[in-house]
Order: sequence, then C-alpha cells, then structure tokens
Amino acid sequence: MAMSLGFHILFAVVGIGMPLLMVIAEARWRRSGDPLDLELAKRWSRGTAILFAVGAVSGTVLSFELGLLWPGFMEAAGPIIGMPFSLEGFAFFTEAIFLGIYLYGWDRISPRAHLLAGVIVAVSGAASGVFVVIANAWMNTPTGFTLVDGAFTSIDPLAAMANSAAFQQVLHMTLASYAATGFAVAGIHAFLLRRDPLNAFHRRALTIGLMVGAPAALLQPLSGDISARNVAEHQPAKLAAMEALFETRAGAPLLIGGLPDMDTGETRWGIAIPAGLSLLIRHDPNAVVTGLDSFPRADWPHVPTVHVAFQIMVGLGSLMALVALWALFKLFRGHDLAADRRFLALTALSAPMGFIAIEAGWTVTEVGRQPWIIYNVMRTSDAVTPMPGLVYTLAGFTALYCFLGVVVAWLLYSQIIRSPREREWHRIYSPQTARLP
Amino acid sequence: MSPTVADLLAGAILVALTFYVLLAGADFGGGVWDLFARGPRRERQRAVIAHAIGPVWEANHVWLILVVVLLFTCFPRAFSQIVIALHIPLTLILVGIVLRGSAFIFRSYGGEDSGGQRRWGRVFAISSLVTPLLLGTAVGTIAAGRVQRPTGEGFMADFVTPWLTPFAASVGGLTVALFAFLAAVYLTNETGEPELREDFRRQALASGVLVFLLAMATLVLAWQGAPLVWNGLVVAPGALPLHLLVGAAATLALWALWHRWWRLARVAAAAQVTCILWGWALSQYPWILPPSLTIAQSAAPLITLKLTLGALALGSLVLFPSLFYLFRVFKSTEHS
Repeated sequence: MAMSLGFHILFAVVGIGMPLLMVIAEARWRRSGDPLDLELAKRWSRGTAILFAVGAVSGTVLSFELGLLWPGFMEAAGPIIGMPFSLEGFAFFTEAIFLGIYLYGWDRISPRAHLLAGVIVAVSGAASGVFVVIANAWMNTPTGFTLVDGAFTSIDPLAAMANSAAFQQVLHMTLASYAATGFAVAGIHAFLLRRDPLNAFHRRALTIGLMVGAPAALLQPLSGDISARNVAEHQPAKLAAMEALFETRAGAPLLIGGLPDMDTGETRWGIAIPAGLSLLIRHDPNAVVTGLDSFPRADWPHVPTVHVAFQIMVGLGSLMALVALWALFKLFRGHDLAADRRFLALTALSAPMGFIAIEAGWTVTEVGRQPWIIYNVMRTSDAVTPMPGLVYTLAGFTALYCFLGVVVAWLLYSQIIRSPREREWHRIYSPQTARLP
Repeated sequence: MSPTVADLLAGAILVALTFYVLLAGADFGGGVWDLFARGPRRERQRAVIAHAIGPVWEANHVWLILVVVLLFTCFPRAFSQIVIALHIPLTLILVGIVLRGSAFIFRSYGGEDSGGQRRWGRVFAISSLVTPLLLGTAVGTIAAGRVQRPTGEGFMADFVTPWLTPFAASVGGLTVALFAFLAAVYLTNETGEPELREDFRRQALASGVLVFLLAMATLVLAWQGAPLVWNGLVVAPGALPLHLLVGAAATLALWALWHRWWRLARVAAAAQVTCILWGWALSQYPWILPPSLTIAQSAAPLITLKLTLGALALGSLVLFPSLFYLFRVFKSTEHS
C-alpha cells in the first residue's frame, strides 16, 4: 500500500501541475502565435497524457487496495469518508473526459473551446487532489462520528470532510504539486541549457516552469507554518516526533538535523536553537510544547524516521524557496536567467527536490501517525486483511511499478524533454505550421 | 413496496456498472481483437481500434472507480467481504488494468521504435483478454453465493476455492466473449472503409455465436455449480420474460449485422448486454452478496446514503453533459 501510494503520489502531483504548464503554453501561443509555445503545449500535453494514464491506473489500484489491504479500515471508515472519494470520482471523470477532448481535439473544436478544455483539465485535476487529501486529513484528525464500544455511530460525513487538518493539508499539498512540477521542468531544462545556453526551446520551457514553480515554492513556507501549528494542536505526538522532542517543556529548542535514539531519548549530532520550537509553534519563546513523554511508549511513531523525513522536507523546501527568490531577483533586475551558469546549476539540482520533499512529507504524515491508521481511534494492525502472503503482492506491485517508472522516465525524455531535432525545428518554424488554427 | 434509499444506491451502482460494461467493456474487447487481428489488413484493423479507443478509454475506465467508491461508501460490509474473499483475482485484475492502460499509452506515445511498439501492443492485447476473464470470474463468484467471511479452514478454502470453479470460469469466458462482441459491433461503426467493416462484421458475427454457446454452457454449469443462479434464471417467475428479452435483443443484433444495418446492430448489442447484466442483478435482488448479505443489511447509515445520493445527482449534472460533449466530438463523425 505504502509502495503504491508512494508511486501514485508522484503521478498525481505531476497530474496536477503539468496541465497548468500545458495550458499556459497554449494560452501564450494563442496570443503570440509563436510555434515554440505550441510545441511546448503539445509536448506537455503528451506528458500529461502519459502521466495521467499511469496515474489513473495506479489510482484504480489504490481504490481497490484500500479494501484489499485494509478491509477493517474501509468497513468502518467507508461511510464516513466515502463522500470525498465520490466527489473525487466525478472530478476525475471530468479530468479524463476533457483530457481526451484536449489531446485528440486539436483540429476538431474551436481554439477557444480547446483552451477551455485544457483549463478544465487543470482545475479538475487539482480538485481531485483536494478531495483525496481531505480523506487523508480525516485519518489524521478524525471527526464526524461518535465512538460507542468500538463502533462508529452518529456519522456526519460533511463534518468529517471539514476536519481540522483538511484545509492545511490541502493547501500544503496543492502548493507542493505546483512547486515540484514547476521546478522539475525548470530544472531539467536548466540542466540542458548549461550545455546549450542559446537553445530557444529550453529557454522557453525554463521560463514557464519557473512561472509555475517559483510562486508556489515561495508560498510553501507560509503554508508549512500553518501546517506545523495545526499538527501541534491536533496531533501532538506527530509534532513531537517530527521535532524529536522527547520531553514536554517550556522554551523547547528547535532541533536541526540529528538522529534521535528512541531508547535513550536523546538526539545526537543535531543543532539546537534554544526556544526555537516554542517560538515557531506558539509564537512565544517560553510556551510549553508537548513532548513524547506525554504519550505511552506503545503510541509512539518511529521517531528517527519521522524526524529525519521532516528535516529533509523542510531543508529541500527552503532550498527551493531560495532558488525561487534568486530567480525573481534576477528577473527583477532584468538579468538573463539562462546566461548565469551557477543559477542554472542550482535550478538543475532542484529538479528532483520537490518530489523528494513530497515523499518525505508524506512519510512524516503517515509514519508520524503510526501506530494508528485513524488517529487515536483504530490501530493499523487491527485494520489489516486476514489474507496471508501479502508480501508477495507487495513484491509484485513493487517490481511492476519500478518497471513502469523506468519506462515513463524514458518516454518523457525521448518525447518531451529532449531538444527538438533539426527536422523538428524545421517543422516548428516552417511556414505551414504558422497557418494552423 | 417502494424502493429504499439503499435500493436506489444499489441501482446507481448497477447503472455505473452498466456504463462500464458498455463502454470500457468494448475497450477491452478492442484489445481482444487487437490480439486476434489476422490477415493482410491486420495493421489497419489495429489502427482503427486504437483510434476508436484513444480519446475515450480513460473516461470509460472511471466508471469502475465509481463502482468501487460507491460500493465501499454505501455498502462497506459487502465491499469488505468481497475484497477479502476475492483478494487474489482482484489483485490480478489490478495488474491487468495497470499493464493494459500503461501499455496502450506507451504504444501511442512510444515514438518511432516499432519493435518496442509491437511489444507494448502485445502487452495491451493480452491484458485486455485476461482482465475481463478475471472480472467475469469475480462476478460469477459473487452471483454463485460463494463470497463468505473466511472460515479459517486454511488458505485454499478461504482464498482460492471460492472462485476457482467451472461456473465462475464460464462467466469469465462469457464476459470476454460479450466484450469482444460489443467491440466488434461498435467497430463496424468506426470505420468508413468497406473492407475493414466487413472484417469487423465477420468478427462480430463469430463472437455473437460464441456468446450464445458460452451463455448456454454457463446455464448448464449453474445447474450443478451455482444453484442460486440456476434458481434465478430458470425457476424464478421473472426468468422467462428475461430470457425472451435477451434472446430478442441478441437475435436483432445478429440480424442487423447480417443486413449491415450498423447503427441498429450497435443499439441492439448494447441492449442485449444491458439485459444480461440487469437480469443477473434482478435475479439476486434483494441480496447484494447472496445468500448471506442483503442490500439493507450491508448498507451504510442513512445520512451517508442520502449525502451520496445528493453527490451523485450533483455530479451527474457535470458528468453527463461532459460525456455527451466527448462522444459528440469523437463519435458523431459519419463514416458512410
């Protein structure tokens, strides 16, 4: 399950971010008539098609797998959180329908209708992400029911959707999608620009990628702050594990890096900023922050995993925000981004960062909730299927996904990222194409 | 007796399943014909199939997701029993779905490397055949009343023998034949080239006959292997009109094919498949998992059902106009 989710999340993220790139490119082309924008729109729409298809089938796997692996969880939780999934189903329908129209309809519908179809793909893609994240947020801060003798009663699906983690998780994840996709595109083309700095194709792709990625990366620390304070309030054990805070105390320090030891309750090799955590979480250096000692040992998540994953997410996120700032600064000063090799190098380095940060952040929220599958309500071990031999299923899907991942990566390179060959350049700038609708 | 909210939602699941079978089923069937494409025109046949499936298959596929989501939202107990007892076939179905979807898209966007494209085409075609076979097996197992809570009598008894039966296998075979039949009938409407049209017509007629033979085999096997189904299809009072309806639609479809009335054949084939599906559903009503779980017993709390119904109504307002638009853009071109 974790494996499928970890795989699916990458496609889902690109599925949210990529249509936006594609629509921006098409909108630019409709305005400017520059065939280079059209070429980018077409390439990114191919990318969207490949990633959406793989995302769709891996998403199907998930919708079944929820039940195949956690029948206990779904039997209890289905009626409560089925609502966002049903809505997600319709958002997904809309995305699939209009993506079909967009991909195959270039010469079948009017330019305006075509662009609109692209916009609908981008919006419904984001919407389906929102609904799924809402369901996940419910697992972290379950509401909308009363627990009587282990059974859910007085169910209120609407209240469950409006759970207290929903808003911050949706915000954080949506921004992450745009930042990760934007930077991945910008980074890859920055890397290619280092070898071929005058290549107009890569320059244009870099610009559009940063247009999407940079604002999202700049807003993300703010949304991270909202998230952290929400987690501190509603999931104190997770926060304590994120920050490796073993004892409840006033003026809690902020630990940067380090490897926590769950047995001794100490963290080695970390840098502590005195009162930093209290300041961040409560905006008061003397505030008390709940530590892991407030919870029975059996209810602790695996602290080193959560802490290290959290450090990775924050570290990479901050780096991306810095790159975004640098890019804005250079644009503001009227510099040519593609001419600065150091900027290109750093942007290229940041290409995978967003995705690593997303996987790390997802580890934080999922491993940080353990041993619960529904926080403080149901333990993961109580929800698992009675079917033996699960390890074979897992190994099989892992192998399948790795294989698909390699194929997708190769396709993306050969179809989308690679600079157009000479023949294709000729096609892009030939007089015939200029007359296309 | 007026239908309850739970009945309405069970009906909605059936409608979604019907759309899935009529639309995505034909996409699977297209893959089957890709696998069996023979003769000098085989590459052109494959091109027509790919062209017909391309814009719509992802939207068609979402119907299955809707079925699953509705099932676990509204009938969580039934869902949980199904996914436990049918863990193995469902997992294999998922592998099939993943391989088929990915292979189709890899083939479409694979570029100029024709060797790679041929291999992906193979994967697409084979998984198009195996997936509906397993899907039908799963449905057959449910219909036969063999989805039960694990008894603890061992791995084979709980997770293998319930679905490894001749009856379930024959339902699987019937599903493949039906999907192939639908696809071939639709495909006669997808091309303007007379030669290709004749190819698809021959395939449609052949698979139509196969559907009839497999349906008979399924009925015979039900006598011994699935008394519940036998009862519903032979003894129950509604059985005769149902058979007449299916028979009439099937005859009409073949007759229209014979006379090359392509559009009538399409409508009749779709009606035939719908009747079979609805006949199965009505014959097991009010059971959702015969013989242990009824629709009412497995239903989620009323508030969930009502809200889901509301969400469905709201979603349909977006969905159906969009679907209509999709099919008008891609399926309304006349090929005559």
